[in-house]
Amino acid sequence: MSVAGLLRLAVIAIAVGALELLCRTGVIPSLTAIPPSAMVEGLLRILQSGKFTADIVTTLRNVAVAITAAMLAGIAFATVLQSLPAVRRIFDPLFAAYYAIPMYAFYPLLIVILGLGDLPQIAIGFLLAVVAVILNALNGLDRVPPVLLKTARVHRLGAVRTALKVRLPFAAPYIFTGFKLAVAYSFIGVIGAEFITSNRGIGYEIAFAYNNFDNRVMYPMILLVLVVVITINMSLHHWERRLLERRRRS
Amino acid sequence: MRWRDPLLLIAILLAGWQLLYLAVGDVGLSSPSRTVRNVTAMLGDARFLPHIRETLLAFTQAFAIALAAGLLIGLTLGASRLTGEVAEPILVALYSIPKVTLYPVILLVFGIGMPAKVAFGAIHGIVPISLFAMNAIRNIAPVHLRTARVLRLSPVETAGKILLRAALPEIVTGIRVGFSLTLIGTLLGEMFGAQRGLGFLLMQAMSLHEMERIMSITLVLVVFAAAVNAVLLALERRLE
Repeated sequence: MSVAGLLRLAVIAIAVGALELLCRTGVIPSLTAIPPSAMVEGLLRILQSGKFTADIVTTLRNVAVAITAAMLAGIAFATVLQSLPAVRRIFDPLFAAYYAIPMYAFYPLLIVILGLGDLPQIAIGFLLAVVAVILNALNGLDRVPPVLLKTARVHRLGAVRTALKVRLPFAAPYIFTGFKLAVAYSFIGVIGAEFITSNRGIGYEIAFAYNNFDNRVMYPMILLVLVVVITINMSLHHWERRLLERRRRS
Repeated sequence: MRWRDPLLLIAILLAGWQLLYLAVGDVGLSSPSRTVRNVTAMLGDARFLPHIRETLLAFTQAFAIALAAGLLIGLTLGASRLTGEVAEPILVALYSIPKVTLYPVILLVFGIGMPAKVAFGAIHGIVPISLFAMNAIRNIAPVHLRTARVLRLSPVETAGKILLRAALPEIVTGIRVGFSLTLIGTLLGEMFGAQRGLGFLLMQAMSLHEMERIMSITLVLVVFAAAVNAVLLALERRLE
């Protein structure tokens, strides 16, 4: 492992160790936080007991649906938008200001349109994720070298096949960046929506535990979210690096 | 000509809103014209203004903290190669975690009220501002720094004339992203644990299902956020 990697581990270990020490010595009262070791222990206990398995599965499934929908819609929309510069110019300011919009404010509207099930949560995750995909896909599609497009024309590829065989493969690394953001935004959207109103899911259980001062459930569940999101993020990061290296070699 | 596209966008958004209203009806949302009327009434209402002031106050403090801490962290970590390499994955991981999950922790530490809102807004903004600032410094072309050495600029001159100029556009991008996230963070903070502010009004209107109120507050927030965003975006373009 590199020096930077080792130092990074050391920084994290010191931070976790300090929190453990502060909790154990009572500087941080147990009503505020429980020590990291107790969080891990609680998380293992929760996972073993299976009490929240249904919630965890629901949240992860909703996040997965939101990511998939955002990727498909985002890539399709970006491909179309890229070939219509006049329309794109109109939408540009909307994209630029998009993440300043407090999306949760539309939650009641989504409940009226989509009903009380899982769909409103998925919709919030989708709405947050889709524009990140669009922006990154556009960024990649803009960089396709003209020579590749000329080659496609020489081979008489139609618009759809040019998109599928030339444009999108070239834009893949940029779309991958969009994918990473879509993962993060979908988790934020779905779990945030579960916090506001819902009757199941990880976000709901965290809010419920908080309202009951049940730190022995709340902290392990928060830890679960952090571990899941960071693990996914790290693996995507490694995968991306491998892809880029392979591309550079070929 | 310059104004045609933005006006067209606003027209499209209004038309979409009106169509959605016709499709869904009063249960789901209120019409554009009624919402605008309600906003003007609300802005003239003496009971409403303290909430706006409360939110602005919380947001300003949160943004000031995020800006100062974010720039300090980012510029320090970006100054050396090693610290940048150590910190980047940690910052990216922090950026990607859903901070809503941490809300109960903030409430337990700060209690319900102003400090919790400010803290929640600030933690949303610090990470992107420091991440962008750090990368801005790390991405400065080495040739610029070598030129500074050749010209025998003092460290202060190097910082002011070379580092800041080269890094500024990306730093402003970070500030713009941080601005949006801090605003959302502050509002979320008000939604879950406050008795005052626009976020609190929004949450109250949601539980009473007062669509007109929800839409009006949302409209005020969106217009405010979009306006500031446009100013920062224009600044960013000029710097590039």
